[in-house]
Amino acid sequence: MSVAELERLVAAGEDGLGDILEVSMGPHHPSTHGVFRMDVRLEGEKVVRLKPVFGYLHRNHEKIAEHGAYLAAIPYTDRLDYLNSMTNNWGYVLAVEKLAGIPVPERAEYIRVIVAELTRFQNHAGLVGFLLQDMGASGTPLMYAFREREKILDLFESLSGARMMCNYLRFGGLRVDCTAAWLDEVRQLVAGLPRFVDEFEALLRENEILMARTQGVGVLSRELAINAGVTGPMLRASSVNYDIRKVDPYGVYGRFDFRVPLGDHGDVYDRYMMRILEMRESLKILEQALRGIPEGPIMDPKTRLRGLRPKAGEAYGRIEAPKGELGFYLISDGSGNPYRYRVRPPSMINLTILEDMCLGRNVADVVVILGSVDIVLGEVDR
Amino acid sequence: MSALPTVEDLKAQIEASLPGAAVTVIPNGSPSAQHSLLLDHEHARAVALFLRDHPDLRLDFCSLVTGVDWLDTETTEKIKVKKMVAGPDGSEIEQEVEETRKMKVPGYLEAIYHLFSMEKKHGPVILRLRTANRTDQTHVPSLTPVWRSCEFQEREAFDLYGIVFDGHPDLRRILMWEGFQDFPMRKDYVPPADDSLAPLPFASLQRASTKEARP
Repeated sequence: MSVAELERLVAAGEDGLGDILEVSMGPHHPSTHGVFRMDVRLEGEKVVRLKPVFGYLHRNHEKIAEHGAYLAAIPYTDRLDYLNSMTNNWGYVLAVEKLAGIPVPERAEYIRVIVAELTRFQNHAGLVGFLLQDMGASGTPLMYAFREREKILDLFESLSGARMMCNYLRFGGLRVDCTAAWLDEVRQLVAGLPRFVDEFEALLRENEILMARTQGVGVLSRELAINAGVTGPMLRASSVNYDIRKVDPYGVYGRFDFRVPLGDHGDVYDRYMMRILEMRESLKILEQALRGIPEGPIMDPKTRLRGLRPKAGEAYGRIEAPKGELGFYLISDGSGNPYRYRVRPPSMINLTILEDMCLGRNVADVVVILGSVDIVLGEVDR
Repeated sequence: MSALPTVEDLKAQIEASLPGAAVTVIPNGSPSAQHSLLLDHEHARAVALFLRDHPDLRLDFCSLVTGVDWLDTETTEKIKVKKMVAGPDGSEIEQEVEETRKMKVPGYLEAIYHLFSMEKKHGPVILRLRTANRTDQTHVPSLTPVWRSCEFQEREAFDLYGIVFDGHPDLRRILMWEGFQDFPMRKDYVPPADDSLAPLPFASLQRASTKEARP
């Protein structure tokens, strides 16, 4: 039965066909990963309509950034996707570098890769932990993930002074240099992480319940994924080979040898495996970056941080953030603050096809499908 | 990454295959050199389909959609006019005098689309659509029927800038609540003075709660 027909029957009071139930899932619900609401219409257990409702955390991030200097927006970007402040910083500084034509020294590029891949690792570990938690694997996987995440956050703290709101990258380089001792600590950590991934993967990969709950659930076709602008691990789970680190390399990503994992079915299980496989590739990149990091400055002394006034024009910079394509679009009118500052939020755009993935499934699957999208409401609502 | 034709070539290609389509190249002065194409409303969707389906372009991925508010501007222009002025001997003579004249340039709202190709791995091609003014003619055609990824982002541009996208399947506010009147991202937006958006003062809440807590 079509939704339009159902609506007509409900309106006419002739819905004796079954129970049409409207459920408001969220905004305060543990499975929505933040203040996020879904208007769900159910026929029995089956979802016949689902409309995401968000904006509860909206603070007009873009307007705030348009009122400040170029430098002042960096700490605000930390608070978009608050699990991945390092990559948020990178997306923004990349756009400013494109807008003003600022060069970045090599050592800074290497440190950026190191912190970005550590960020990706902890994001994916956390996401898998939360996803398994949503399916009822209470505690253990999430705690395993957070145990490793904690070590990475400790490293971020000793580098930048903050665990989550790092505010570390600057256009033209970095805020502070890392020490040799810090690099040794990262090397030590990275050497131990493959063992963690093995353990983490073996924990539930072949678990029967996990397979039953995720395989064939929330299937996203290749064509729809492309048309709906889905990016990141979600897109690659639908077997589209598109990773910005490969197709539009920024920084020094062109120098590293790594593969882009692809899924076959585009279901929740593929999205789960995609994160595990990407964690392994991140470790490969980390090993190469830690081996190749050169000595040198982290910032060109001629770069103006304060009082930057780029020529009138515009630029779009994009990076492969853990959640997808994170882009920043800036228009300069020649003054000290951006005329237009726009964030392309990957997790909001990945929500476009939430309804398509959930139609015909039951409510318990909605929770799992939403969990596999990987949203952070700080970024969805901005 | 395969090579993408320059914006001038793209303009020529579009105009050759879609007669009547008016495409203007908007140059970009920054080092990024990401130039863009301004489209007319009538042919916007046809151009979008052309760019999406052309076998060499295949711009199947619309990454970013956004609005921009360009305010009404006043330009002053110095022009020379001939005027009769009093000459040194008292008689009137004709003389060229400089006068400044103020010209009002009407502002507009702009919707910007960044296109990439997942198949050919190239991009960006940037499209722009402009409204006639900022007040009563704020319509542009929606490109959601071409790229589904525009759905939420066009809703956001509608919500925060007031650009009305004709042909959008579900044009509602997305970040602000239903019933909110203004468009907060516009450059001349002024928050309401009556503090209706402000949260309740914390001190009064605290007083109330401590009063209740006392026996």
